[in-house]
Amino acid sequence: MSSAFPLMANSGVSAATSTDKTSAHTPTMSTSGANTLRMKVTKLNFYYGKNHALHNVSMDVATNKVTAMIGPSGCGKSTLLRTLNRMHETLRHTRLEGEIALDGVNILTLDVTKLRRMVGMVFQKPNPFPKSIYENVAYGLRINGHAGRLDDAVEKSLRRAALWDEVKDKLHKSAYALSGGQQQRLCIARALAVDPEVLLLDEPCSALDPVNTAKIEELLFELKPTCTLVIVTHNMQQAARVSDSTAFMLNGDLIEFSPTGHMFTTPSDPRTEAYITGRFG
Amino acid sequence: MSARLIWRKSLNVFMLSLTGLCALLTVSALFFILGYLIWNGGKDLSWSFFTHLPAPVGEVGGGMANAIVGSLKLLLLAALFGVPIGLLGGVYLAEFGGRTVPFLVRYTADLMNGVPSIVMGIFAYALVVMPMHHFSTLAGGIALGIMVIPTVLRNTESFLRDVPRSLREGSFALGANKWRMVATVVLPAASRGILTGVLLALARVAGETAPLIFTAFGNRYWSPGWMQPTSSLPVIIYTYATGPYEDWHRQAWAAGLVLLGLVLVTNILVRAFLTRGTAYERT
Repeated sequence: MSSAFPLMANSGVSAATSTDKTSAHTPTMSTSGANTLRMKVTKLNFYYGKNHALHNVSMDVATNKVTAMIGPSGCGKSTLLRTLNRMHETLRHTRLEGEIALDGVNILTLDVTKLRRMVGMVFQKPNPFPKSIYENVAYGLRINGHAGRLDDAVEKSLRRAALWDEVKDKLHKSAYALSGGQQQRLCIARALAVDPEVLLLDEPCSALDPVNTAKIEELLFELKPTCTLVIVTHNMQQAARVSDSTAFMLNGDLIEFSPTGHMFTTPSDPRTEAYITGRFG
Repeated sequence: MSARLIWRKSLNVFMLSLTGLCALLTVSALFFILGYLIWNGGKDLSWSFFTHLPAPVGEVGGGMANAIVGSLKLLLLAALFGVPIGLLGGVYLAEFGGRTVPFLVRYTADLMNGVPSIVMGIFAYALVVMPMHHFSTLAGGIALGIMVIPTVLRNTESFLRDVPRSLREGSFALGANKWRMVATVVLPAASRGILTGVLLALARVAGETAPLIFTAFGNRYWSPGWMQPTSSLPVIIYTYATGPYEDWHRQAWAAGLVLLGLVLVTNILVRAFLTRGTAYERT
């Protein structure tokens, strides 16, 4: 798909800056992978107590693509994202109906800790643990009983999150010594360490300045060949820049779900058009 | 108009002075006690006080080495009995409980905090001393340990609750189960506060006399092991201060100074420790 936006220049930049990523460009990303589905949400209804937060939402998440969710505050986009690795279960009085499949398996039948290893998550505010940089990345490996050498796995994850060069000399310093943008990339490295198939990002740039936002967006392009990404964002330009398909949500309904280029140039629903042209929200 | 303004201003000044005076009274009480103790106890405090056994009646000198060691042993036992129960109970309240059970536990703990310490002594007497038919360090340690539980419990709970939800979610999202999450993220993040609470609770029971009278009793000599009656600072202060000899009174003052010094030093160290900040970032 070709986008009308000048954003794809970003991917060129990232490809040029990354030196050791060429091997990652497997053939899956360009052609054959385009149609395979990593996750499939079918007729999902979600309730916070009596509050019906998601209405009959159905949506597909394509393998090794970026799927964005946009919509005004309170539209249910974060709620939908958090059902994808069952993070909603950490809250009381929630109820979920419908089906969510990961590689064809209903995630509700999976062991939740196993599911979350396969479907990782990055949060709105950077939330590094009060531990060293090294221990933050090693955390997921430790609790899941990593077999190989921890040092190598930590380095690999930090490299994937484009943070290695900045932190390699202070791995055993506290994660809080890092800047906000670095902390967020550390959280991404931490999530990548357990090698998830899907990475969920809940407004990962909302607490960051434009420079750090650009760094995270570059990172998403670099991760795309090896990881399926789902991103919730408040920022429509960001959705347009980074995603392959976009879901527009409003008041718990999925209004429109289409390829990003299509959504931002010729939206099929008048409400989508009203939102992306800034008439509300 | 003007009269009203004068009235408002004078009321303001009056209330400010009143609150200030009360604050000053509170602080001066501590300094008065401290000064009085140093004045009366300081002159009898010598190296032998820390190294010698109490002298026989009539002889001048001697020390309270056995009471100091006894108090430390009692506190060690109190920590061994009380801290694990309070700590894990606090973890349950903060992390695992539903609504009804934690409410009941919390309420009971607060009630327990208000139970007079002499009642705790009788309880430990019935629980340990009666079946064993003799007083012991063990019984005293259990009595103090029971008193430590509610403080540690409530303190642990409140520090655990302060750990931000985002850290818990971060751990869950990596595939941790609840216990794993609590043990590897929440407890380490709250450890400084929890430790502070433990030390303060122990410092508080270090001065308890009533529960020890029926349990650890007292001893003029060393108390080997854990099954013999033992001397302790609060009980020896009580005995000496109410005794008939002038020399005992002076020694009681010195013991009071040592006890207060121990508690005060713990308190100050703990505060210094805590003001280095929390382990996680405040939002």
